[in-house]
Amino acid sequence: MAGPDLSAADNIAVSLGAVTKVYDNGVTALGPFDLDVKRGEFVSLLGPSGCGKSTALRLIAGLTTPSSGVVAVSHDESEARAGHAVGFVFQEPTLMPWARVRDNVRLPLKLAGMAAAEADQRIGEALAQVGLSDFADAYPRELSGGMKMRVSLARALVTRPDILLMDEPFAALDEITRFRLNNDLLELWRKLSMTVIFVTHSVFESVYLSQRVVVMSQRPGRINAEFRIETAEPRAEDFRMSAGYAGYCREVSTALLPAYSGVASA
Amino acid sequence: MNASRDVVRFLLPVLVLAAGIALWELVVRVNGIQPYVLPGPSAVFQTLVADWPVLSESLGVTLLTTLEGFIAAAIGGVALALLFNQSKWLEYSLFPYAVILQVTPVIAIAPLLLIYLQQQTAVIVCAWIVAFFPVLSNTTLGLNSVDRNLAGLFQLYGASRLQTLRYLKLPAALPYILGGLRIAGGLSLIGAVVAEIAAGTAGAGSGLAFRIAESGYRLNIPRMFAALLLLSVAGIVIYGLLALISHLVLRRWHESALGKEN
Repeated sequence: MAGPDLSAADNIAVSLGAVTKVYDNGVTALGPFDLDVKRGEFVSLLGPSGCGKSTALRLIAGLTTPSSGVVAVSHDESEARAGHAVGFVFQEPTLMPWARVRDNVRLPLKLAGMAAAEADQRIGEALAQVGLSDFADAYPRELSGGMKMRVSLARALVTRPDILLMDEPFAALDEITRFRLNNDLLELWRKLSMTVIFVTHSVFESVYLSQRVVVMSQRPGRINAEFRIETAEPRAEDFRMSAGYAGYCREVSTALLPAYSGVASA
Repeated sequence: MNASRDVVRFLLPVLVLAAGIALWELVVRVNGIQPYVLPGPSAVFQTLVADWPVLSESLGVTLLTTLEGFIAAAIGGVALALLFNQSKWLEYSLFPYAVILQVTPVIAIAPLLLIYLQQQTAVIVCAWIVAFFPVLSNTTLGLNSVDRNLAGLFQLYGASRLQTLRYLKLPAALPYILGGLRIAGGLSLIGAVVAEIAAGTAGAGSGLAFRIAESGYRLNIPRMFAALLLLSVAGIVIYGLLALISHLVLRRWHESALGKEN
């Protein structure tokens, strides 16, 4: 992970300071970009395609390094979290087609060299959390799009991460499946008290899920606006129908509009 | 898939074959062509039965050579691809020579090999030279075709090079490797035959290709056809076996091995 680790005491899970990312072809994808995410917070990065929000997520995951600035990630070192601290869910399910569901979920544990007995127990737990216990022996191709995404989620959860990074995970799903996965994700977030950073281009999804919505500009991505979404917790389908939800969506949409100015076909 | 269409697909080439054989026999009989000019299918078949002791022994020799060349090509091709994948320097240094070996006609290399190597070794080396390249290039393609996000995932979870190779790159490359092996099977038979012919003119050897050359000198045309038939069947069986293995290995997950209704 680039940059110094934050001390656990200041309660910040992820901190990006004046981070920029310039690709080899000279395109500046991001920044300068500043973001602090509190431990246990659910934050959405919202912006148009190609605004660098995925890049921000990959920087946090350590999948790529910043061109300048500091990325700091603090890990909860407590016993219950034993395992890999960061979970990542990609836009596609990104499963190994040659491996059964069980072995796809096992991957992070196998790479860490965990004993089979303990791994099996964790895999069972993770699959139960996403409601796929009955499909442990299926191959990915035998599953629907939503179920594949659940496997991907289970694989991220199996290390009991304290930070979960999600890169437009539900973008390719139909609306009903997406709503159900939204609700399941919120429940997991509450139950497992993780920090979630969720990248999306859907205003409605970001408002429904997050405590804080960060609206980004066009490339190079910067922060245009931030909204705190305050409502009675736990949220459920009735929030989706409420006037408050509609109000937040309108505000966030308005803030997002400038990001689309100059984009030919929005 | 439609069952009756399957039957038609199987039946049509069989009918064409039967018609071809019948026509061939008819032309030979009607025109009274002598067997040392063009033997009819029945004469070829009679020769195949009568000469079976000699031909079967030669078939065994050729098949063994092919198998040895194929195994050498499979191991050599995959091993080279793995080395190239681990070290770009090695790839840049050696890959051009793999290409040169591939584009130089093996029939031109064989006489040289026969001078420097023992005959049996030279024949296997010929089979290897012809067959290893498709394995090498296909395996290289497969190792480089790994899903970018999956590679990121392995990086995220701190996978070592060996783990990435074993759990990600090799399984991802498997369909490509099997495709390369399928080509290499037929090519190693060709390599073996070419080397046997080259060796046969020097007066040694006992494989099927040698029998063809030998029968040619003796104007034993029916035996040439019988040996050719055996070689052809051997090629078909080799291809069929490798295709079957490929199907069995991939049938649970790879698109190429799944039924169309999926």
